[in-house]
Amino acid sequence: MENWINELKSSLKNTMKEILYPLAAIVISFIAGAILVYAFGKSPITAYKALFFGALGDWNKIGETLVTTTTLILTGLSVAFAFRCGLFNIGAEGQFIMGGVAALWAGWALSGLPPILHVTVTLLAGALAGGIWAGIVGWLKAKVGSHEVINSIMMNYIAMNLSNYLIMTVFNEPDKAFSYEIAPTAKLWRFAESFVQFKYSRLHTGIIIALIVALIAYYILNKTIRGYEIRAVGFNPSASEYGGINVNRNIILAMVISGLFSGLAGGIQTAGVQYRVNNLFGFTGYGFDGISVALVGNNHPIGVILSGVLFGALQKGGPMMQIEGIPKEVVGIIQGIIILFVASNFVRVMVQKYKENKEIKAQVAKGEVK
Amino acid sequence: MLSIISILVASTIRSATPLIFPALGGTFSERSGVVNIGLDGMMAVGAFSAVLVSYKTGSPLLGLFGAMIIGGLFGWLLAFLSIHFKANQVVVGTAINILAGSLTTFLLVEIWGKPGQTDNVNYFTPWGPFNMFTYLALILVLVSYYVLYKTPFGLRIRAVGEHPRAADTLGVNVYMMRYICVILSGILAGIGGASLSIGSISLFKEGMVAGKGFIALAAMIFGKWHPIGAALACLFFGLADAIQTISMSYGLNVPKEFLFALPYMLTMLAVSGLVGKATAPAADGIPYEKGEK
Repeated sequence: MENWINELKSSLKNTMKEILYPLAAIVISFIAGAILVYAFGKSPITAYKALFFGALGDWNKIGETLVTTTTLILTGLSVAFAFRCGLFNIGAEGQFIMGGVAALWAGWALSGLPPILHVTVTLLAGALAGGIWAGIVGWLKAKVGSHEVINSIMMNYIAMNLSNYLIMTVFNEPDKAFSYEIAPTAKLWRFAESFVQFKYSRLHTGIIIALIVALIAYYILNKTIRGYEIRAVGFNPSASEYGGINVNRNIILAMVISGLFSGLAGGIQTAGVQYRVNNLFGFTGYGFDGISVALVGNNHPIGVILSGVLFGALQKGGPMMQIEGIPKEVVGIIQGIIILFVASNFVRVMVQKYKENKEIKAQVAKGEVK
Repeated sequence: MLSIISILVASTIRSATPLIFPALGGTFSERSGVVNIGLDGMMAVGAFSAVLVSYKTGSPLLGLFGAMIIGGLFGWLLAFLSIHFKANQVVVGTAINILAGSLTTFLLVEIWGKPGQTDNVNYFTPWGPFNMFTYLALILVLVSYYVLYKTPFGLRIRAVGEHPRAADTLGVNVYMMRYICVILSGILAGIGGASLSIGSISLFKEGMVAGKGFIALAAMIFGKWHPIGAALACLFFGLADAIQTISMSYGLNVPKEFLFALPYMLTMLAVSGLVGKATAPAADGIPYEKGEK
């Protein structure tokens, strides 16, 4: 019994430590943002107040924040899942775009299906397109050995141009820079239909799907043999190979699963938020934000949910800051600084250095080291 | 016909010019073993600082120096975090891109008091058919080739990128070489950015870099991590861009999206070994730790 309690205590302690470092990085980044705002003669308090109320001020704002959070949880999971296999999926953006287009196709071409089935098929089409798009990168990495980062960057641009081509030709709403709308049966249910609190928000069932997918990702990674193999490959590919794990197969599999998540995010964007796909002049940014979300969430599905909420709130609160006369780009700056701190393990390295210095000083004081 | 060709050639060179600088920068950085995904962001801060300094001083030449300093500073940031903190270089590069995009837009609004674009500033007026940057690009390609392949310094850069331990054993300062190369790549990306803002037009627009840093990255890979190869790849990608511009004005029926995507598709074929195998330096992207076995 006591053993069990001690174990729980130490695991809680470890979790706290894991949370503490990203949290410290976030706090430092917010302070840096405050200094920047202050340097241009504006009040950081006004800025952050606007940010907070813009994101969580009332039910509708919370709803809108959760809409963004839904997408960010999924792209974050996508990046995190690949990371656990030692792969950097910078291509979440392209997979997201392909997912959106595929869902558009399914949402329009398959109309006539019963509502629930149609939505399901639409989302699956999105996920599948993302999975295939990422699978190509995984396959190239496994078979030819070409680097996944370079290929997925290239695939992002190819996806954007392919999507634009399709939107402006086959799927085009005449004379418009966007596609036609999907069938009503392919649309995700919105909370506004039953809850008056969310009347002016686009909050839809996608948030529940995202949470379930996070649990699935957790289950696959931590409770299945396949997940164990994927993590083993991420930890040490040579040792895994030696231990009888098929490294190449796991690389492809991890990329495909990662792509499924981003593709699903794109599908949900089409079926739940926009109902159509726009001609893109630049990237949506959701895929790249997934990198921040995954990093701050420590590549853990539960961490990804928490950081998805954080970044969703940051993005939705930004425009309110704009109204207060503070450019919403402060949010992007804070986000960039957070990634720099988390990626470099800045806080951890500094704490370690401080401790080491203290030890050395203590030893010098004792006369052990000269 | 002849006029179309001469327009095409001129347009190709003009499109390629801003790509050549960051492509050379990427070549130095990756030859020394540091992946620089942040080229795009470094171009953006370069383009912005060039306009800002030219606006404040009235001198485009000082603007160019400003772009080099700020670009170099962001290069230093990448070097510092990836060498000393052994951070994931791709992640830091991505963060630099996000940071650069937001920072330039923020400062644009704060300094000029309006979103979108800056006021017009003094810029480098064209010399003949091209602006000064095109000639500078040509010179820098040759200088880079000479430095990388004909000098002991260049040999050390390549050694550090291929086998840092061996280089370290022979007394080459791995960290120092990487610092120099990554900062240099930032400076070059900064020049590339300046060539967009105070080279071809006289202002900074939001999103004006628009992925050119990534095309430069692609060109560097397509050119097999070689200065001349990278420059030729830039010209080739510039050609795709020129064809796109010209086919629009002549009403040719090539989907512009296809021409936009062409450089990226070719790069994928190149890294996959279908158009001549492109192999990265052996230690590219791997942090070096002294005393590690």
